[in-house]
Amino acid sequence: MIPSNFDYQRAQSVDDALTKLAASGGTGKVIAGGHSLVPMMKLRLHEPTTLIDIARIGELSGIREQDGLIEIGANTVHHDVATSSLLRNNCPIIAETAGMIGDPQVRNRGTLGGSLAHADPAADYPAALLALDAQIQLQGPSGTREVAATDFFQGLFTVDLADNEIITAVRFTPVQVAAYAKLYQRASRFAIVGVAAALVINQGSMLRKPTIRSSRIGLTGAASHALRLTSVEEAVAGQAATAEAMAQAAQGAGAKIDDINADLHASEAYRRAMIQVFTTRALQGALARLPA
Amino acid sequence: MAQVSITVNGKQRSSEVEPRTLLVHFLREQLNLTGTHVGCDTSQCGACTVLIDGRSAKACTVFAVQADGSEVTTIEGLAEGEQLHPLQTGFWEEHGLQCGYCTPGMIMSCVNLLNDNPKPSEQEIREGLDGNLCRCTGYQHIVNAVQHAATKG
Repeated sequence: MIPSNFDYQRAQSVDDALTKLAASGGTGKVIAGGHSLVPMMKLRLHEPTTLIDIARIGELSGIREQDGLIEIGANTVHHDVATSSLLRNNCPIIAETAGMIGDPQVRNRGTLGGSLAHADPAADYPAALLALDAQIQLQGPSGTREVAATDFFQGLFTVDLADNEIITAVRFTPVQVAAYAKLYQRASRFAIVGVAAALVINQGSMLRKPTIRSSRIGLTGAASHALRLTSVEEAVAGQAATAEAMAQAAQGAGAKIDDINADLHASEAYRRAMIQVFTTRALQGALARLPA
Repeated sequence: MAQVSITVNGKQRSSEVEPRTLLVHFLREQLNLTGTHVGCDTSQCGACTVLIDGRSAKACTVFAVQADGSEVTTIEGLAEGEQLHPLQTGFWEEHGLQCGYCTPGMIMSCVNLLNDNPKPSEQEIREGLDGNLCRCTGYQHIVNAVQHAATKG
Protein backbone atom coordinates (compact mmCIF):
# COMPACT_ATOMS: atom_id res chain seq x y z
CA MET A 1 0.00 0.00 0.00
CA ILE A 2 1.49 3.29 -1.14
CA PRO A 3 0.34 6.63 0.27
CA SER A 4 -0.31 9.70 -1.87
CA ASN A 5 2.74 11.82 -2.46
CA PHE A 6 3.59 14.63 -0.09
CA ASP A 7 6.27 17.15 0.68
CA TYR A 8 8.47 16.23 3.66
CA GLN A 9 9.99 18.81 6.00
CA ARG A 10 11.96 18.26 9.17
CA ALA A 11 11.34 20.83 11.91
CA GLN A 12 14.23 21.99 14.08
CA SER A 13 12.18 23.43 16.95
CA VAL A 14 8.57 23.83 18.07
CA ASP A 15 8.50 27.37 16.64
CA ASP A 16 9.90 26.09 13.35
CA ALA A 17 7.27 23.33 13.27
CA LEU A 18 4.47 25.86 13.92
CA THR A 19 5.76 28.11 11.13
CA LYS A 20 5.90 25.19 8.70
CA LEU A 21 2.46 24.02 9.80
CA ALA A 22 0.97 27.48 9.22
CA ALA A 23 2.65 27.66 5.81
CA SER A 24 1.04 24.37 4.79
CA GLY A 25 -2.31 26.14 4.78
CA GLY A 26 -4.27 23.53 6.69
CA THR A 27 -3.27 20.57 4.53
CA GLY A 28 -0.09 19.72 6.47
CA LYS A 29 0.23 17.14 9.22
CA VAL A 30 2.72 16.74 12.00
CA ILE A 31 4.49 13.38 12.21
CA ALA A 32 6.51 12.07 15.16
CA GLY A 33 6.54 8.26 15.43
CA GLY A 34 3.94 7.98 12.70
CA HIS A 35 2.43 4.81 14.11
CA SER A 36 -1.11 6.11 13.80
CA LEU A 37 -0.60 8.46 10.86
CA VAL A 38 1.43 6.23 8.49
CA PRO A 39 -1.14 3.38 8.52
CA MET A 40 -3.90 5.96 7.85
CA MET A 41 -1.87 7.41 4.98
CA LYS A 42 -1.22 3.97 3.50
CA LEU A 43 -4.96 3.37 3.45
CA ARG A 44 -5.37 6.89 1.99
CA LEU A 45 -7.73 7.81 4.80
CA HIS A 46 -5.35 10.74 5.29
CA GLU A 47 -3.69 12.48 2.36
CA PRO A 48 -1.70 15.39 3.79
CA THR A 49 0.20 17.43 1.21
CA THR A 50 2.99 18.22 3.67
CA LEU A 51 4.45 16.16 6.51
CA ILE A 52 6.32 18.11 9.18
CA ASP A 53 8.58 15.77 11.11
CA ILE A 54 8.94 16.80 14.76
CA ALA A 55 10.54 13.54 15.94
CA ARG A 56 13.98 15.05 16.52
CA ILE A 57 12.92 18.13 18.44
CA GLY A 58 14.70 17.38 21.72
CA GLU A 59 12.59 19.73 23.85
CA LEU A 60 9.52 17.57 23.11
CA SER A 61 11.01 14.38 24.58
CA GLY A 62 11.62 13.20 28.09
CA ILE A 63 10.02 12.62 31.47
CA ARG A 64 10.52 15.21 34.23
CA GLU A 65 9.26 15.88 37.75
CA GLN A 66 8.92 19.43 38.96
CA ASP A 67 7.01 21.00 41.85
CA GLY A 68 5.14 17.77 42.53
CA LEU A 69 4.00 17.44 38.92
CA ILE A 70 5.18 14.94 36.33
CA GLU A 71 5.58 16.14 32.77
CA ILE A 72 5.99 13.78 29.81
CA GLY A 73 7.08 15.33 26.52
CA ALA A 74 4.79 14.62 23.59
CA ASN A 75 7.54 12.92 21.58
CA THR A 76 8.32 10.38 24.32
CA VAL A 77 7.87 6.87 22.92
CA HIS A 78 5.72 4.31 24.74
CA HIS A 79 8.76 2.16 25.52
CA ASP A 80 10.39 5.02 27.43
CA VAL A 81 7.23 5.67 29.44
CA ALA A 82 6.81 1.96 30.16
CA THR A 83 10.37 1.56 31.44
CA SER A 84 10.84 4.90 33.23
CA SER A 85 11.91 4.29 36.84
CA LEU A 86 10.53 7.72 37.82
CA LEU A 87 7.08 6.69 36.58
CA ARG A 88 7.24 3.10 37.81
CA ASN A 89 8.04 4.39 41.31
CA ASN A 90 5.79 7.43 41.48
CA CYS A 91 2.89 6.82 39.11
CA PRO A 92 2.90 3.17 38.07
CA ILE A 93 -0.41 3.32 36.19
CA ILE A 94 1.04 5.40 33.35
CA ALA A 95 4.06 3.09 32.87
CA GLU A 96 1.71 0.09 33.07
CA THR A 97 -0.61 1.58 30.43
CA ALA A 98 2.26 2.41 28.05
CA GLY A 99 3.61 -1.15 28.41
CA MET A 100 0.24 -2.54 27.31
CA ILE A 101 0.08 -0.57 24.04
CA GLY A 102 0.54 -2.53 20.81
CA ASP A 103 3.72 -4.60 20.70
CA PRO A 104 7.44 -3.93 21.28
CA GLN A 105 8.05 -2.50 17.81
CA VAL A 106 5.06 -0.15 18.10
CA ARG A 107 6.20 0.92 21.59
CA ASN A 108 9.66 1.73 20.22
CA ARG A 109 8.26 4.24 17.70
CA GLY A 110 4.80 5.37 18.80
CA THR A 111 4.59 8.56 20.88
CA LEU A 112 2.34 9.89 23.62
CA GLY A 113 1.44 13.02 21.63
CA GLY A 114 0.68 11.00 18.52
CA SER A 115 -1.66 8.69 20.38
CA LEU A 116 -3.54 11.64 21.90
CA ALA A 117 -3.78 13.63 18.67
CA HIS A 118 -5.08 10.59 16.78
CA ALA A 119 -7.55 9.67 19.56
CA ASP A 120 -8.38 6.20 18.36
CA PRO A 121 -11.49 5.18 20.33
CA ALA A 122 -9.59 2.04 21.46
CA ALA A 123 -6.32 3.76 22.41
CA ASP A 124 -4.99 3.07 25.91
CA TYR A 125 -3.48 6.38 27.04
CA PRO A 126 -6.75 8.37 27.09
CA ALA A 127 -8.21 6.18 29.86
CA ALA A 128 -5.13 6.66 32.05
CA LEU A 129 -5.00 10.42 31.43
CA LEU A 130 -8.66 10.76 32.42
CA ALA A 131 -7.99 8.83 35.64
CA LEU A 132 -4.95 11.02 36.39
CA ASP A 133 -6.85 14.26 35.61
CA ALA A 134 -3.96 15.10 33.29
CA GLN A 135 -3.52 18.44 31.57
CA ILE A 136 -2.55 18.40 27.90
CA GLN A 137 -0.19 21.20 26.86
CA LEU A 138 -0.68 22.68 23.39
CA GLN A 139 1.27 25.28 21.47
CA GLY A 140 -0.01 27.31 18.55
CA PRO A 141 0.75 30.56 16.72
CA SER A 142 -0.78 32.64 19.52
CA GLY A 143 0.99 30.85 22.37
CA THR A 144 0.39 27.94 24.68
CA ARG A 145 -2.75 26.61 26.28
CA GLU A 146 -3.64 23.75 28.57
CA VAL A 147 -6.65 21.45 28.17
CA ALA A 148 -7.88 18.99 30.80
CA ALA A 149 -8.04 15.41 29.52
CA THR A 150 -11.75 15.42 30.44
CA ASP A 151 -12.33 18.17 27.86
CA PHE A 152 -9.77 17.04 25.29
CA PHE A 153 -11.43 13.86 23.95
CA GLN A 154 -14.55 15.06 22.17
CA GLY A 155 -15.60 12.42 19.67
CA LEU A 156 -14.46 9.76 17.23
CA PHE A 157 -10.88 10.72 16.29
CA THR A 158 -11.82 14.23 17.43
CA VAL A 159 -9.96 16.23 20.07
CA ASP A 160 -9.61 19.84 21.17
CA LEU A 161 -6.58 20.53 18.97
CA ALA A 162 -6.62 23.09 16.15
CA ASP A 163 -5.01 22.47 12.74
CA ASN A 164 -2.26 24.96 13.57
CA GLU A 165 -1.46 23.61 17.06
CA ILE A 166 0.96 20.96 18.33
CA ILE A 167 0.75 18.87 21.50
CA THR A 168 3.94 19.55 23.46
CA ALA A 169 3.53 17.66 26.75
CA VAL A 170 1.21 16.11 29.29
CA ARG A 171 1.27 17.06 32.99
CA PHE A 172 -0.29 15.38 35.99
CA THR A 173 0.05 14.89 39.72
CA PRO A 174 1.44 11.40 40.32
CA VAL A 175 -0.95 8.88 41.86
CA GLN A 176 0.24 5.64 43.48
CA VAL A 177 -3.12 3.97 44.06
CA ALA A 178 -4.17 3.57 40.43
CA ALA A 179 -4.25 0.78 37.85
CA TYR A 180 -5.23 0.03 34.26
CA ALA A 181 -7.03 -3.15 33.21
CA LYS A 182 -7.63 -4.03 29.59
CA LEU A 183 -9.39 -6.62 27.47
CA TYR A 184 -7.07 -7.03 24.50
CA GLN A 185 -8.17 -7.52 20.93
CA ARG A 186 -5.75 -10.37 20.43
CA ALA A 187 -4.48 -9.51 16.95
CA SER A 188 -4.25 -5.71 17.02
CA ARG A 189 -3.62 -5.39 20.80
CA PHE A 190 -6.07 -2.48 20.89
CA ALA A 191 -8.48 -2.30 23.84
CA ILE A 192 -11.90 -3.87 23.34
CA VAL A 193 -12.48 -2.32 26.76
CA GLY A 194 -9.86 -0.58 28.89
CA VAL A 195 -10.46 0.92 32.33
CA ALA A 196 -8.10 3.09 34.37
CA ALA A 197 -8.95 3.78 38.00
CA ALA A 198 -7.23 6.18 40.41
CA LEU A 199 -8.27 6.26 44.07
CA VAL A 200 -7.86 8.74 46.91
CA ILE A 201 -7.90 6.85 50.21
CA ASN A 202 -8.96 7.94 53.71
CA GLN A 203 -6.26 6.23 55.76
CA GLY A 204 -7.56 3.94 58.44
CA SER A 205 -6.65 3.92 62.12
CA MET A 206 -6.76 1.47 65.02
CA LEU A 207 -10.50 1.94 65.18
CA ARG A 208 -11.41 2.64 61.58
CA LYS A 209 -10.72 0.73 58.38
CA PRO A 210 -9.53 2.70 55.33
CA THR A 211 -12.20 3.95 52.95
CA ILE A 212 -12.28 5.48 49.48
CA ARG A 213 -12.51 9.26 49.64
CA SER A 214 -12.85 9.77 45.90
CA SER A 215 -11.91 8.24 42.57
CA ARG A 216 -11.43 8.97 38.92
CA ILE A 217 -12.21 6.27 36.37
CA GLY A 218 -11.41 6.51 32.66
CA LEU A 219 -12.91 4.17 30.09
CA THR A 220 -11.62 3.52 26.57
CA GLY A 221 -12.57 1.15 23.75
CA ALA A 222 -16.25 1.14 24.64
CA ALA A 223 -17.59 4.29 22.98
CA SER A 224 -16.68 6.80 20.27
CA HIS A 225 -14.12 8.38 22.59
CA ALA A 226 -12.63 7.87 26.03
CA LEU A 227 -14.84 9.10 28.87
CA ARG A 228 -15.18 9.10 32.65
CA LEU A 229 -17.33 6.52 34.41
CA THR A 230 -18.88 9.09 36.74
CA SER A 231 -21.61 6.81 38.08
CA VAL A 232 -19.00 4.35 39.36
CA GLU A 233 -16.89 7.22 40.74
CA GLU A 234 -19.91 8.22 42.82
CA ALA A 235 -20.63 4.64 43.87
CA VAL A 236 -17.05 4.10 45.04
CA ALA A 237 -16.89 7.21 47.24
CA GLY A 238 -17.16 6.34 50.92
CA GLN A 239 -16.87 2.58 50.38
CA ALA A 240 -14.52 0.40 52.39
CA ALA A 241 -11.15 -0.09 50.69
CA THR A 242 -11.75 -3.77 50.02
CA ALA A 243 -11.86 -5.91 46.88
CA GLU A 244 -15.47 -6.88 47.62
CA ALA A 245 -16.60 -3.28 47.95
CA MET A 246 -14.91 -2.46 44.63
CA ALA A 247 -16.75 -5.27 42.83
CA GLN A 248 -19.98 -4.04 44.37
CA ALA A 249 -19.38 -0.43 43.28
CA ALA A 250 -18.65 -1.57 39.72
CA GLN A 251 -22.08 -3.20 39.38
CA GLY A 252 -23.85 -1.71 36.40
CA ALA A 253 -20.74 0.17 35.20
CA GLY A 254 -21.38 1.46 31.72
CA ALA A 255 -25.13 0.86 31.92
CA LYS A 256 -25.82 4.55 31.31
CA ILE A 257 -23.60 4.90 28.22
CA ASP A 258 -25.77 5.14 25.09
CA ASP A 259 -23.32 4.71 22.22
CA ILE A 260 -21.47 1.49 23.13
CA ASN A 261 -19.42 0.24 20.17
CA ALA A 262 -20.33 -2.98 18.43
CA ASP A 263 -18.02 -4.59 15.88
CA LEU A 264 -16.78 -7.99 14.77
CA HIS A 265 -14.64 -8.26 17.91
CA ALA A 266 -17.36 -7.64 20.49
CA SER A 267 -21.10 -7.00 20.47
CA GLU A 268 -22.63 -4.13 22.40
CA ALA A 269 -23.89 -6.49 25.11
CA TYR A 270 -20.52 -8.19 25.50
CA ARG A 271 -18.69 -4.85 25.70
CA ARG A 272 -21.14 -3.62 28.31
CA ALA A 273 -20.58 -6.77 30.35
CA MET A 274 -16.82 -6.37 30.03
CA ILE A 275 -16.94 -2.74 31.22
CA GLN A 276 -18.15 -4.02 34.57
CA VAL A 277 -15.55 -6.81 34.69
CA PHE A 278 -12.62 -4.55 33.82
CA THR A 279 -13.84 -1.70 36.04
CA THR A 280 -13.75 -4.17 38.93
CA ARG A 281 -10.25 -5.30 37.95
CA ALA A 282 -8.97 -1.75 37.63
CA LEU A 283 -10.40 -0.74 41.02
CA GLN A 284 -9.01 -3.87 42.68
CA GLY A 285 -5.68 -3.41 40.90
CA ALA A 286 -5.51 0.14 42.25
CA LEU A 287 -6.23 -1.05 45.80
CA ALA A 288 -3.46 -3.63 45.44
CA ARG A 289 -1.05 -0.68 45.09
CA LEU A 290 -2.10 0.70 48.49
CA PRO A 291 1.10 0.84 50.58
CA ALA A 292 0.94 -1.81 53.34
CA MET B 1 12.25 13.93 -4.23
CA ALA B 2 14.26 13.95 -1.02
CA GLN B 3 17.84 13.05 -0.31
CA VAL B 4 18.39 10.43 2.41
CA SER B 5 21.58 9.17 3.94
CA ILE B 6 21.14 6.11 6.13
CA THR B 7 23.83 3.89 7.61
CA VAL B 8 22.64 0.39 6.77
CA ASN B 9 24.51 -2.53 8.32
CA GLY B 10 27.48 -0.23 8.94
CA LYS B 11 27.67 1.21 5.43
CA GLN B 12 26.48 4.71 4.62
CA ARG B 13 23.93 4.61 1.82
CA SER B 14 22.70 7.80 0.16
CA SER B 15 19.89 8.00 -2.31
CA GLU B 16 17.12 10.12 -3.77
CA VAL B 17 13.71 8.89 -2.71
CA GLU B 18 10.13 9.99 -2.98
CA PRO B 19 9.13 11.09 0.54
CA ARG B 20 6.39 8.45 0.48
CA THR B 21 8.91 5.64 0.02
CA LEU B 22 8.60 3.25 2.95
CA LEU B 23 11.81 2.16 4.63
CA VAL B 24 11.08 -1.48 3.75
CA HIS B 25 10.84 -0.61 0.05
CA PHE B 26 14.02 1.47 0.23
CA LEU B 27 15.87 -1.50 1.74
CA ARG B 28 14.48 -4.10 -0.63
CA GLU B 29 14.24 -2.24 -3.91
CA GLN B 30 16.99 0.36 -3.78
CA LEU B 31 19.58 -1.52 -1.70
CA ASN B 32 18.55 -5.04 -2.78
CA LEU B 33 18.45 -6.14 0.86
CA THR B 34 15.56 -8.55 0.37
CA GLY B 35 15.99 -10.35 3.69
CA THR B 36 13.53 -7.86 5.20
CA HIS B 37 10.12 -9.14 4.14
CA VAL B 38 6.77 -7.47 3.54
CA GLY B 39 4.06 -9.57 5.14
CA CYS B 40 0.80 -7.90 6.12
CA ASP B 41 1.85 -4.34 5.19
CA THR B 42 -0.41 -3.12 8.02
CA SER B 43 1.98 -2.88 11.01
CA GLN B 44 0.85 -6.16 12.51
CA CYS B 45 2.86 -9.20 11.36
CA GLY B 46 6.42 -7.99 12.04
CA ALA B 47 8.00 -9.68 8.98
CA CYS B 48 9.56 -6.30 8.08
CA THR B 49 11.20 -5.74 11.48
CA VAL B 50 14.59 -4.02 11.42
CA LEU B 51 16.56 -2.08 14.03
CA ILE B 52 16.54 1.71 13.76
CA ASP B 53 19.20 3.21 16.03
CA GLY B 54 19.24 -0.08 17.92
CA ARG B 55 15.49 -0.40 18.53
CA SER B 56 13.19 -2.80 16.68
CA ALA B 57 10.74 -1.18 14.27
CA LYS B 58 8.34 -2.25 11.55
CA ALA B 59 9.89 -0.95 8.35
CA CYS B 60 6.48 -0.94 6.61
CA THR B 61 5.35 1.81 9.00
CA VAL B 62 8.34 4.16 8.68
CA PHE B 63 9.10 6.42 5.73
CA ALA B 64 12.71 6.23 4.56
CA VAL B 65 12.97 10.01 5.07
CA GLN B 66 12.17 9.56 8.77
CA ALA B 67 15.25 7.33 9.07
CA ASP B 68 17.54 9.88 7.38
CA GLY B 69 20.68 10.13 9.50
CA SER B 70 19.87 6.95 11.43
CA GLU B 71 21.60 3.60 11.70
CA VAL B 72 19.55 0.69 10.39
CA THR B 73 20.37 -2.98 10.93
CA THR B 74 18.71 -5.67 8.83
CA ILE B 75 18.96 -9.45 8.98
CA GLU B 76 21.84 -9.23 6.48
CA GLY B 77 23.85 -7.24 9.04
CA LEU B 78 23.82 -9.78 11.87
CA ALA B 79 26.34 -12.43 10.86
CA GLU B 80 30.03 -11.60 11.00
CA GLY B 81 31.39 -13.17 7.85
CA GLU B 82 30.70 -16.91 8.10
CA GLN B 83 29.98 -16.61 11.83
CA LEU B 84 26.23 -16.62 12.37
CA HIS B 85 24.67 -14.44 15.08
CA PRO B 86 23.71 -16.54 18.16
CA LEU B 87 20.02 -16.04 17.31
CA GLN B 88 20.56 -17.31 13.76
CA THR B 89 22.33 -20.36 15.23
CA GLY B 90 19.47 -20.80 17.71
CA PHE B 91 16.83 -20.79 14.96
CA TRP B 92 18.98 -23.29 12.99
CA GLU B 93 19.60 -25.65 15.90
CA GLU B 94 16.09 -25.57 17.35
CA HIS B 95 14.22 -25.68 14.03
CA GLY B 96 12.68 -22.27 14.75
CA LEU B 97 11.13 -22.02 11.29
CA GLN B 98 9.27 -23.90 8.62
CA CYS B 99 8.60 -21.67 5.61
CA GLY B 100 10.96 -19.00 6.91
CA TYR B 101 8.93 -16.01 5.81
CA CYS B 102 8.60 -14.53 9.30
CA THR B 103 12.11 -15.52 10.40
CA PRO B 104 14.12 -12.36 9.60
CA GLY B 105 11.58 -10.23 11.48
CA MET B 106 11.43 -12.73 14.35
CA ILE B 107 15.22 -12.65 14.70
CA MET B 108 15.42 -8.84 14.58
CA SER B 109 12.72 -8.58 17.29
CA CYS B 110 14.65 -11.08 19.38
CA VAL B 111 17.85 -9.01 19.02
CA ASN B 112 15.92 -6.12 20.58
CA LEU B 113 14.56 -8.43 23.29
CA LEU B 114 17.93 -9.92 24.25
CA ASN B 115 19.58 -6.48 24.21
CA ASP B 116 17.03 -5.32 26.80
CA ASN B 117 16.84 -8.58 28.72
CA PRO B 118 19.68 -11.08 28.08
CA LYS B 119 18.10 -13.88 30.14
CA PRO B 120 14.35 -13.68 29.46
CA SER B 121 11.83 -16.11 30.92
CA GLU B 122 9.60 -18.06 28.53
CA GLN B 123 6.79 -15.59 29.26
CA GLU B 124 9.07 -12.63 28.55
CA ILE B 125 10.13 -14.21 25.23
CA ARG B 126 6.50 -14.64 24.22
CA GLU B 127 5.75 -11.03 25.18
CA GLY B 128 8.85 -9.91 23.27
CA LEU B 129 7.39 -11.61 20.19
CA ASP B 130 3.95 -9.97 20.54
CA GLY B 131 4.61 -8.01 17.36
CA ASN B 132 5.60 -10.95 15.17
CA LEU B 133 3.27 -13.51 13.65
CA CYS B 134 4.26 -17.01 12.49
CA ARG B 135 1.69 -19.16 10.70
CA CYS B 136 3.74 -22.39 10.63
CA THR B 137 5.42 -23.27 13.89
CA GLY B 138 3.02 -22.58 16.71
CA TYR B 139 5.85 -20.52 18.25
CA GLN B 140 7.24 -23.22 20.57
CA HIS B 141 10.36 -23.85 18.49
CA ILE B 142 10.87 -20.11 18.12
CA VAL B 143 10.81 -19.76 21.91
CA ASN B 144 13.30 -22.66 22.11
CA ALA B 145 15.52 -20.90 19.57
CA VAL B 146 15.59 -17.72 21.65
CA GLN B 147 16.36 -19.71 24.80
CA HIS B 148 19.17 -21.44 22.89
CA ALA B 149 20.63 -18.07 21.93
CA ALA B 150 20.20 -16.69 25.46
CA THR B 151 21.95 -19.63 27.13
CA LYS B 152 24.60 -20.52 24.53
CA GLY B 153 25.07 -17.22 22.72
